[in-house]
Amino acid sequence: MRRLKVGWMMMAALGLVLAIALPARAADVIKIGVIGPMNFMQGKAHWNGATMAAEEINAKGGVQVGQKKMMIELVKADSNEHINVTDATNAMERLMTQSKVDFVVGGFRTEAVLAMQDIAMDYKKIFIGCGAATDELCLRVAKDYNKYKYWFRQTPINSTFLGRTSFIHLATVGAILKKSLNLPQVKIAVVGEKAVWTEGMIKAAEATIPKMGMEVAGIWQPSPVATDVAAELSAIQRSGAHIIFTIFSAAVGITFARQAGELKIPAVQVGINVEAQKDGFTQATQGMGNYVMTLNTYARGVEFNELTKPFVDAYIKRFGETPTYNAGTYDAIKYTLAPAIEKTGTLDADKLVAYIENSKYMASAGTIAYLKDAEGRPLHEITWGPGYVTSVGVQWQDGELKGVWPNQWKATPEAPEVTYKGIVPYKIPPWVIEAYKK
Amino acid sequence: MILDIIVSGLISGSVYALLAIGFCLIFGVARIVNIAHTAFYMVAGYGIYFGTHKLGFHPLWCMLASVIMVTLFGLIAYKLFIDPIREHEAAVLICTIAMAMAMQEIMLLMFTGDFLSVPSLMEGFFKVLGVKIFYQQLLTFGLVLLILIALWALLMKTKLGLAIRSTAQDREVANLMGINESRAAMVTMGITVGLAGLAGAVVVPLTILEPFMWMHPLIMMMAVVVLGGLGSLKGSFVGAYILGFAEALVVFLIPKGAFLKGSVALSVMILVLLIRPEGLFGVAFEEER
Repeated sequence: MRRLKVGWMMMAALGLVLAIALPARAADVIKIGVIGPMNFMQGKAHWNGATMAAEEINAKGGVQVGQKKMMIELVKADSNEHINVTDATNAMERLMTQSKVDFVVGGFRTEAVLAMQDIAMDYKKIFIGCGAATDELCLRVAKDYNKYKYWFRQTPINSTFLGRTSFIHLATVGAILKKSLNLPQVKIAVVGEKAVWTEGMIKAAEATIPKMGMEVAGIWQPSPVATDVAAELSAIQRSGAHIIFTIFSAAVGITFARQAGELKIPAVQVGINVEAQKDGFTQATQGMGNYVMTLNTYARGVEFNELTKPFVDAYIKRFGETPTYNAGTYDAIKYTLAPAIEKTGTLDADKLVAYIENSKYMASAGTIAYLKDAEGRPLHEITWGPGYVTSVGVQWQDGELKGVWPNQWKATPEAPEVTYKGIVPYKIPPWVIEAYKK
Repeated sequence: MILDIIVSGLISGSVYALLAIGFCLIFGVARIVNIAHTAFYMVAGYGIYFGTHKLGFHPLWCMLASVIMVTLFGLIAYKLFIDPIREHEAAVLICTIAMAMAMQEIMLLMFTGDFLSVPSLMEGFFKVLGVKIFYQQLLTFGLVLLILIALWALLMKTKLGLAIRSTAQDREVANLMGINESRAAMVTMGITVGLAGLAGAVVVPLTILEPFMWMHPLIMMMAVVVLGGLGSLKGSFVGAYILGFAEALVVFLIPKGAFLKGSVALSVMILVLLIRPEGLFGVAFEEER
């Protein structure tokens, strides 16, 4: 009987110790929510990038927060935002209330990220975006700083900069074609999927292309989920376009590239084609996507700085594919959050915001500094341009995604030339040369 | 441009016809509105992908195997889920929606949401008066014609066809004449799911595989069937080409409005229904046919 009593007492003591010890253990962990469409390429990249960052930091003993070291614990949240924005807001709500995360990284679709941003801001949690490009996300910071100051952009560059970079790519390729094929006037077919984010770019293309000394041959807007664009391609060929300026983020990017390649349409594709940024593009187009050029965040063998190659190589080794812009969760955790926490010695969101918005640091995608608007209000928007993040122009060449821009690029006549290590010359498809070379 | 419109219209129309004929047949015979029809088409596509990319077989064998497996799968699904509730048309409709959603989620779990593709049986293209046409498109067009001839022969020249037509005309009388109406419905289900699988096999190389690819063709297929007249095979055939040509016209005449091609095609359907509510070749709505 006495032994039984001692046994009960020991169990009660153990229970007490566990009850005290467990919360203490939990408090030694920095919880980071990784939110994205986890059944899709984008969410997988969010998770992969975050996993690499967390593992690298934890392998070195964690993050130094004041006097103690804290390990990083990732919480996966499937936003299912491709299908349902409500699923995304529910996932964010769960991260806030059930998982009680300290920070959130990820997000992809603009409509979903705008809604998720509101939730994270209500809970005063730092949310670093690694997917949506719309300017509005950062304009909100300037408009209502007290509410939205917890938002920061990591990847990609915003829509305005994406557009600007795409036009630089267009001008670059236009000049190559004009010179190589002796074209008196370069004609451009503008093809953008019907979506909110493409409207501005299409209007800008109509206005900018003539100023660039080229001619708009026509504008086509297929559905983002069009499964057959042979009719559009036929019409584009009849328009006599030499370049197809693509603005695609959806599945139509694959259909378009595959059918254009198979039909040997005598026009090169330049612009944005999110599907062409992925290693799976060759399989998805059955090899017909060769010579497609698109803007990208990373490319195999291209180095923006000394941090790029170790990250890209390790990512490829671990996951068997090149990181996409959604893998910017790596930079968000490793180069934005962790150093800020160590410098400030706290997890307090307000103190971290004050530190991050004034910092300038190197990340694998380039040097990060945050912009202010014309009135000097913080935007938490990353700076674009030489010396900062520029992104990279990539082209599919013989089944490999090669970096082709910036190649001796000068942002202004006085600016220094920029060529990243690993950049190769742009290639014109042989059937285009055959069609126009006299 | 006229030739472009004709070629584009014929190709799109053929694809819609291939899907709509199966959907129409099962509705005509068994009064089953099979919302899962295009989901079977999607499953056939994934079957080909699995066979070619994961097992390394030739696309032709994968297509044949995929069509057979989808047909068997359709028959099992019919026996398990539809047959027990066949008398309740609304329940059958909801059941087929659930089946389609289940197939979508299973494909999402098995193959993720990544965009995939399968190789064409015949790669490349040829030119007709300057218009480029994929060999695969020609194959689709040819197959639609072949299937229609085979279907016509089956329905008009065989005892099975007679049973199917009788059941479609009047289920109760067919039963009284000694036709096993339940078996006729099951055989028809097998034929129509096989047609959906076949459509998947020839169309998927021209498009992209993803778990939600069944929704857009479903809408267009239903529009074709309603436009042609519910239960009329001839109507489905004609309706498919009308919508195919409507889409082609939009793309060529309003390039900036190419995304509207689906909406315009559906508007054509509404317009026809306003003038002829039973569809082009349908029987006027009655309480009981």
